Order: sequence, then structure tokens, then C-alpha cells
Amino acid sequence: MTWTPDRPIVSVRDVHKSFGTLEVLKGVSFDVMKGEVVCIIGPSGSGKSTLIRCINALNDIQGGSIAVEGIEVGAPDLDKLALRKKVGMVFQQYNLFPHKTAIENVMMAPTLVLKRDRAQVEAEARALIAKVRLEGKEDSYPGELSGGQQQRVAIARSLAMNPDVMLFDEVTAALDPETVKEVLVTIKDLAAEGMTCILVTHEMGFAREVADHIYFTDRGVIVEHGPPATFFAEASDPRTREFLGQIL
Amino acid sequence: MTRKSIPGVTVRARTDLPVLKPFDVAAHSPDPMMTVRWLAGMPWWTPLAMMGAFLLWPAVAHSQGTYGMADAFEALVRWMPFLVQSGFLFNVLISVFAMLVGTVMGAFLGLGQISLSRPVRAISWFVTQLFRNSPWLVILFIVLLALPFEVEVFGVLFFFPDWWKAVIGLSLPVMANISEIVRGAVASVPTAQWEAAESLAFSRTQTLWRIILPQCFKRMIPPWMNWYAILTMATPLCSLLGVEEIVTLSRQAMESENNHPELLVPFYGFALVLFFAYCYPIARITIALERRYSVKL
Repeated sequence: MTWTPDRPIVSVRDVHKSFGTLEVLKGVSFDVMKGEVVCIIGPSGSGKSTLIRCINALNDIQGGSIAVEGIEVGAPDLDKLALRKKVGMVFQQYNLFPHKTAIENVMMAPTLVLKRDRAQVEAEARALIAKVRLEGKEDSYPGELSGGQQQRVAIARSLAMNPDVMLFDEVTAALDPETVKEVLVTIKDLAAEGMTCILVTHEMGFAREVADHIYFTDRGVIVEHGPPATFFAEASDPRTREFLGQIL
Repeated sequence: MTRKSIPGVTVRARTDLPVLKPFDVAAHSPDPMMTVRWLAGMPWWTPLAMMGAFLLWPAVAHSQGTYGMADAFEALVRWMPFLVQSGFLFNVLISVFAMLVGTVMGAFLGLGQISLSRPVRAISWFVTQLFRNSPWLVILFIVLLALPFEVEVFGVLFFFPDWWKAVIGLSLPVMANISEIVRGAVASVPTAQWEAAESLAFSRTQTLWRIILPQCFKRMIPPWMNWYAILTMATPLCSLLGVEEIVTLSRQAMESENNHPELLVPFYGFALVLFFAYCYPIARITIALERRYSVKL
């Protein structure tokens, strides 16, 4: 099962996921091609976060299949490390390592997991910190940084592993409106460089601007999807219209 | 953040009926640092005041014999170097070695309690609970009576002095409590830290040693010192089993001074002062460290 760039880089097929008796995902399917930016929107509790957590195996699935570059995520003999080298993830609460400085946070995974040369990793880490516009904050501890700055360090930390796909789980939900912008600009830069991104977000304006495709989930299923232009203008599903009506 | 208005708690109750206030869980749960907090809360002159109070005790103050308090203190001064060198020194040695052995074993046991393997977890839990909830004296008795006093290894005879056995006996309950400290400290790190490390392709071992343990190491120091203070104060338990330490020797010294009742206060008071002088600074430092390392995430 070798993967070629003409096939979807992430392929989600009829995925079912339950927590005990509560079924959170009830047959979700979608494909993401390399370089695409996909936004998943929907009301709270509709399974958006669960869905992207399933993609890098933080949550297991009970039915269907998820493949990332041909790696079957639901397989019992899944090589989790191989999968996670390909898939980077950024969390709502940043989850930086509080006992390490910003640059150490970025350098940790490449030096420890990939066992790469320290000097080279450090040079790359400095470049990544500059890329997320945090020059001068290399030696600050997470506790000394603002939420938006921490989130940008978290993005740099994921990028340091050189992933092929980035997952963003409501990365701006914990930020105040002013700092949301600096994080979104960073993600927009990434998208412009051709990084494959899957975002769970409530930022409709942002979704409209950068997404190639938007999926609307409700109660564990995708009820509406399409490119932003058609999605926002001509959503046909009544639930979607109601949701958009409240937000826009 | 706006303060919530809760009638009867943050604002005046608008009723004269009895109001059930919220239960303060933290205030009613047992304090793991109780011992050092109690010790550190005393003023430094506490043992002196206690000895003074005993000297005013009617039976002591009005003793009619020819042997007076002055003679008792004179006897104590004669015995002091011996009591410290052959007695208290061993209390310190026993406590240091028991702590060392207990910490190493307890660290492994604590990591065993968070192992992914179910049997390892179950056994570690069982051993921890067994030694944590057994009376120290019972453990000491079993170890002292069960271990041989000499072991022959490859034809060489090794003597097992009593105080070594005391070290092993005391290290077992320490081990169990350190195990709980390690387990609790690891559990206190938010699971999001595990997930973040997982998503960066860290293995479980790497996550534990590079991400989780460094974050909770500082948090483990105050409860660890708390157990050292408890252990040190528990070393006189060995005297019941004839191990030579300060209380055993004090009793023997008093016997050789003809068991005058006047000897009790100076001799046991001296042991009390020694223990206080040793443990009190530990307790004060522990409380200071606890304040400094209190959770900041």
C-alpha cells in the first residue's frame, strides 16, 4: 500500500467512534489532498475535535478506516511513531512543556525522537521561531509568554518534526480576539506554503478566506460540505443555515 | 472574572432558614504533610519549655532523697558523648540508609503503579498498600526476626548487624509511602502533557522521563522530606528490639546510674532535644520548599 501524491493524503471512510454507549461519530467520510486546507466547523459536541484526534490516533475508532499517506490508523499493529512523524497537532490549550524554554520546546522532539544532530536542530528551531514571528523569545519559558505567543511556539514545535499534515484543534478558542489574529496569520502563512492543514475552528471569516473545503458536522455526521464560496452562500441543509445564521 | 453571588456565602443570605454551605473538600481531607507542619509550627524553644515544665513536676521538685537533680544532670553530662556517638549517630545512620533504600525501591514501585502492564500495576499497588498500612513495629519485628544474623556467601561469613536489619525494616514502609508520592506526583501532571508529547511521537518512556517526571520532581521533594522527618522520629522503635540507638543506650545508662527517678527527665529530655534539633530544621526547610514549589502551571 504505497501512497502516491495523486491519492488523498488523509482518507477518512465511514468512521464510527463511541465513548462507552455515547456514539460521537456516526459514519464520517472525507478526503484531503496534499496541500489542501480543510476546515471543520459545527456546534459544540458535534464530534469535530474527536474526529481530528482520531486522525493521529490520540483516540481509537470503533468502525470504518482512516489512512494517512497509506498508513492505516485503525490497524492493531499501527506504528504510532511513524504516523505521528507525519502528522503534527496543535491543541486548544497550547500544552507547551512548562519546564522548557520556547526553543527547547521546539528542539525536544527532533533531538530526542528523531535523534538528529543538536546544532543543526537548533539552527532550524531558530528559523522556525522566526517564522512564527517570535524572535527574541527563544529563551522565555511558556509561563512568561502570552497565550498567542505560546500557541505560536506550539505551532513551531509541531513544525519542527517536519510533518506532512498539520491538525489544528480549535487553536484560537482560548485566545482573546486581538491575539487570535497573530495565530491565524501564522496558519495562513503555512497554508500559503502548501502545508496540508485540517482545522477545527469557529473562525468563519478565516475559514472563508483560507479553506479549500469546508465541512459542517452536527451530531456525529457531516451534514454539509463544499468550497467556501458555495458553502457560505448556498448551504441547503436547514441545520447549517441556522448555525451560520447565528454566527455570521 | 466576576464574582458569583451565592446567598449565604458571598452575599448576605436573604433567608433566616438554615443554609447549607458548600463543603470545603480541601479543608477536610487529610494533610500529607501533617507531621512536618506540626513540627515546624512549634517555636524553637519547645523542648526546653517541656523539660522546664517537667522539672517543676511535684514528684520531681519535691524529691526528698539524697540524690538530687544536680546529681542527675551531672550524670547526664558524663554520659553525653557516649549517648551521641554510640546512640544518636546510629539513629541518624539508620534513618539515612533506610531513606536511601526506601527511596530507590519506592521510586521503582511508584513507576510500577503507573505501568501499562496490568499485572505489574496490580502487584505494585498491592505491595504499596500492604506496607503503607501495616504498623511499622510489626514490619520491624518480622524483619528482625526473619533475617539471619549472619549470611554465608561463597564461603565468606558476613555478619548482619542489628542496625542493618533495622534499616531494612524501616525502609519498607518508607518505600510504600514514596511509591504513593511518585504515583500521585505523576498523576498531578495534566493528561494534556502526555497527549502533547504523544502527538510529537515521543515514546512512553521518553514522555515519562523527559516531560512528566521533570515537572513533578520539585513537587515530590517536600513530601519526601516529610517522610524523612517521620522516619527519623520513628527510629527509637528499634530500641524495643534491642538495636543500639539513643533510647536503648539511655535506658542502659540510667540503669548503671542505679535507676534514680531523677534521671528520667534529663536523659529522655536529652534524647528529645537531640531529635528536635535534628528534625526541626528539616521541617522548617520542608515547609519553606513546599511554599516555593507550590503548583504553578
